[in-house]
Amino acid sequence: MLTMMMSIAHRITGAALYFAMLLLAWWLMATASGPNAYATVQWFMGSVIGRFVLFLCTWALLHHLLGGIRHLIWDLGYGFEPNEREWLARATLIGSIGLTLILWIVGYMVVGAS
Amino acid sequence: MSVTGHDMRTPLQRVRGLGSARSGTRHFWRQRLTAVAGIPLTVAFIFVVLALMGRNHAAAVQILGSPIVAVVMLLFVLNMTYHMWLGMQVIVEDYVHNEFRKVALLMANSFFCIVVGIACAYALLKLSFGV
Ligand code: HEM
Repeated sequence: MLTMMMSIAHRITGAALYFAMLLLAWWLMATASGPNAYATVQWFMGSVIGRFVLFLCTWALLHHLLGGIRHLIWDLGYGFEPNEREWLARATLIGSIGLTLILWIVGYMVVGAS
Repeated sequence: MSVTGHDMRTPLQRVRGLGSARSGTRHFWRQRLTAVAGIPLTVAFIFVVLALMGRNHAAAVQILGSPIVAVVMLLFVLNMTYHMWLGMQVIVEDYVHNEFRKVALLMANSFFCIVVGIACAYALLKLSFGV
């Protein structure tokens, strides 16, 4: 059950990141355009909606990254035993949520310190 | 495939270049190639984002314009847009069976990924060379 949901989650996070790349493109283009455009994009990213979207993006990226590593492990021919699959699915989910929280705590510490 | 029993090729060599679109393994292989490359690049990308957080415009430009950061970001952006182009192609092929819609979506996918990739790459180059 969990392993099935993890497979679908890999596809959904991949598709979400596909569109999230628009945010990166917008941010980079704005930074390259100058201080005014940069201020606008920074305002959006710092708003409640912006932070929420970026939080979900962080989780999607980390979940897809760990899920991708899981796929690569399977490609090498390992991790097919039922208990191994279960373990990998759990590690992907717990790892992605844990790393997301850690990154955001570090992020707030970085901003707070500067 | 050989029927004489003297085929010296490995199974992987036999399937190379075959498949429904004669590009099955090449597509698969590039998806894996960009995935493997994506692991260190994504980790590096996360560190760059952390370094950029809360900076003013001048500082952000300076960080993104330094050679190592710029090259890492360019590799990340180009690798990831290629990866997501291949990935979305698989998703479209899996779910869309109407031939016209499929071709239209595959085209849209190509345009989207090229625009995103070029926009990111152009911005990064402009930040480096300041033109
Ligand atoms: C901006 C970052 C990324 C985007 C936009 C993205 C997008 C996608 C998309 C749209 C798919 C197709 C999903 C499917 O067929 O179910 C996919 C598949 C895949 N991604 Fe990513 N991806 C990203 C980062 C990564 C990273 C860092 C890895 C590293 C491990 C990775 C590993 C994979 C693998 C192995 C697959 C194939 C899964 C399969 O065969 O079912 N991706 N990605």
